[in-house]
Amino acid sequence: MNVDFSDQEIAFQQEVCQFLNDQLPLDISQKVKNDLHLDKADLVGWQQILAKQGWAAINWPAEYGGTGWSSTEKYIWNNECAIAGAPAIVPFGLGMVAPVIYTYGSEEQKQKFLPSILNSDVWWCQGYSEPNAGSDLASLKTTATSDGDDYLINGTKTWTTLGQYADWIFCLVRTGAPEVKNQMAISFVLIDMKTPGITVSPIYMLDERREVNEVHFDNVRVPKANRIGEENKGWTYAKVLLTHERTGIAGVAKSKDVLEKVKALALQTNDFGASLMDNPIFAHKVAELEIDLLALEYTELRTLAAVSTGKAPGPESSILKIKGTEIYQIIDELKMEIAGYYALPFVDEQFESNFDGVKVGPGAAANSAPLYFNHRKTTIYGGSNEVQKNIICKAVLGL
Amino acid sequence: MDFSLSDEQQMLQDSIARFVQNDYDFDSRAKSIKTDLGYSADHWKLFADLGWLMVPFTEDEGGLGGSAADLMVVMEEFGKGIVIEPFLATAIIGGGLISKAGNSGQKESLIGGIIDGSLQLAFAYAEPQSRYDLSNVATTAKKNTDGYVLSGHKAVVLNGANANKIIVSARTFGQPSDKEGISLFIVDATATGVEIQGYRTQDGGRAAEVRLENVQVGADQLLGGENRALPIIESVLDRATLAICAEAVGAMEVATAKTVEYTKTRVQFGVSISKFQALQHRMADMFIEQQQAKSIVLMAAMKLDQAGEDASKSVAAMKSLVGRASKKIGQEAVQIHGGIGVTDELDVGHYFKRMTMIDLMFGNSDYQTQRFTAL
Repeated sequence: MNVDFSDQEIAFQQEVCQFLNDQLPLDISQKVKNDLHLDKADLVGWQQILAKQGWAAINWPAEYGGTGWSSTEKYIWNNECAIAGAPAIVPFGLGMVAPVIYTYGSEEQKQKFLPSILNSDVWWCQGYSEPNAGSDLASLKTTATSDGDDYLINGTKTWTTLGQYADWIFCLVRTGAPEVKNQMAISFVLIDMKTPGITVSPIYMLDERREVNEVHFDNVRVPKANRIGEENKGWTYAKVLLTHERTGIAGVAKSKDVLEKVKALALQTNDFGASLMDNPIFAHKVAELEIDLLALEYTELRTLAAVSTGKAPGPESSILKIKGTEIYQIIDELKMEIAGYYALPFVDEQFESNFDGVKVGPGAAANSAPLYFNHRKTTIYGGSNEVQKNIICKAVLGL
Repeated sequence: MDFSLSDEQQMLQDSIARFVQNDYDFDSRAKSIKTDLGYSADHWKLFADLGWLMVPFTEDEGGLGGSAADLMVVMEEFGKGIVIEPFLATAIIGGGLISKAGNSGQKESLIGGIIDGSLQLAFAYAEPQSRYDLSNVATTAKKNTDGYVLSGHKAVVLNGANANKIIVSARTFGQPSDKEGISLFIVDATATGVEIQGYRTQDGGRAAEVRLENVQVGADQLLGGENRALPIIESVLDRATLAICAEAVGAMEVATAKTVEYTKTRVQFGVSISKFQALQHRMADMFIEQQQAKSIVLMAAMKLDQAGEDASKSVAAMKSLVGRASKKIGQEAVQIHGGIGVTDELDVGHYFKRMTMIDLMFGNSDYQTQRFTAL
């Protein structure tokens, strides 16, 4: 047992730092560090820089263009990215659909889809949840009716994150007869968003930003060749995807970085003539959070180490999702607490990078509440934290 | 012991409840928020016509008595509809300062305007560096032959951009954070040197940054005695704190009720999610928190009306508990609603936003817990 980096790993860390220093565009990292809004060009641009370096897909097997990094190297990478202010990778292509394609897709599908995902030429979105199928995802109602070599898709998907940018969507659809047990009647299909019959309508979040959408399918014709694997086996494939989704969700590196910033900010914040960090109640909360985060970091390392020995991430990844999101939400609370009265102004326009008016409040204080409100989603999405606890109860505790 | 409302309070409660129920639907509220004014002028006129703007004032001043218990009744009902009209800024705080510190001339010229709905007020006390320290006033008021010259930056002034007159705390003596040396001035919003940067707030209200650069005010615009404003500010903001806590209690009640209703209609895994004991217990906790909050607001209202030595300590206790209860209920309401709870289109998220902002105003729950210990 050893937690020190080897000489080789230290060299890797230096290489990563050098790369981020040379290649991460300053305008993008400034936006990340100052909580400014990122646009599509920022996200795609950064991912294409990574693709050029061969570092876009840290979790893919090397044969498909992945980095082949060890869990320690991934850990180093995530940490340095967070410190440098690199934007998070948009997960839908690289993190979600790609593992399903390279694990269960046909050779033809791999060749058709993986290169453009790796290079971020195609923007993917996720068609899982429906208005009446959230935590109970398997009860989804969108149907794919067989019509020769095609399916005709009808139904509505919701909470489609950044679907307004998407070129393709991966969907879970019902292909089996209604009397079949839910999980056995679902297929996994890939759909071109330009297909006639698809409409995308926005949903605005509590911060009044368009982040998610409803996607409506009205007799949308999709070739059966776009189905992954076998008909009615989609649930199995989707479950693999969900565990992948969960391993990335702990966000330890990001939380560590933001917590450091929170401490620095609190140190500069006046609280009755002293610094807010001198306030025992505030300092106590920060300390507890830091301790929880330390434990989570080692929980994540343990999970990564298990994965690196060939085990698939198991139900323990639910722990990462639950604790990771809870911790980040408390960091948001602290940021808002530091902002004090300056959490009240709703001045969204001043968090655009081209804003040239007089700013209200110091730094990103006036963005603390919108982030707090927005991030309440994290304990709801990706399988709500309640669903994660059900998984632990069932799969780990045997209840 | 008697916790029942008086006949007058009951009538007041009924009439506001009817207004919120019948005339304050969520969609029109959302539309009002996005207008230039930021609230409904028609509603404000209605508030005046129905006498609600008289509530904070004594009978001598032309009001209904002005007890804290009356304010509690009004604000709890407003909280149920998360009413955005600037009742707090104009009637309770602005009106409270004039009522408490004004001379007869000032009362005569201003209170009538508040009651008939023609005058909007704002109180500019916080500054960028002051946080919750009411004595941390760096804005200066220098005496000259015509009165006083004010300079400084006032932060997050509620109703600042709609106010006809802004009451400004400024230092006439001493150093920032000295308890002595703070005075209040009634400043015309259109006076030379007053710059107002208005904006929306997270909870659907309005506020402004107010920058004063050599603003000349007459000696007759001094509100209360020179250098001795701090106790007045503390006392008026104690009542304002009671008001927003009562508002939070109303908001908590609705957020809890809406959550319970939602779980009955939302079907997952073949049953209403209200059947899940894991959720039932959490909703029971929400109910318990709301009831505790309602109790402590009632306690603080009575202590304020008794005006004993423990009034401020009671207010601190109330704000500490209400802040914690608001947070728990707001977060749970959103979480139990799931995805729809974090959207702009459903009302429950807006109750959550308002409760969140209430905790941050006039000292958050941590600050009030420390204040409770210190008092």
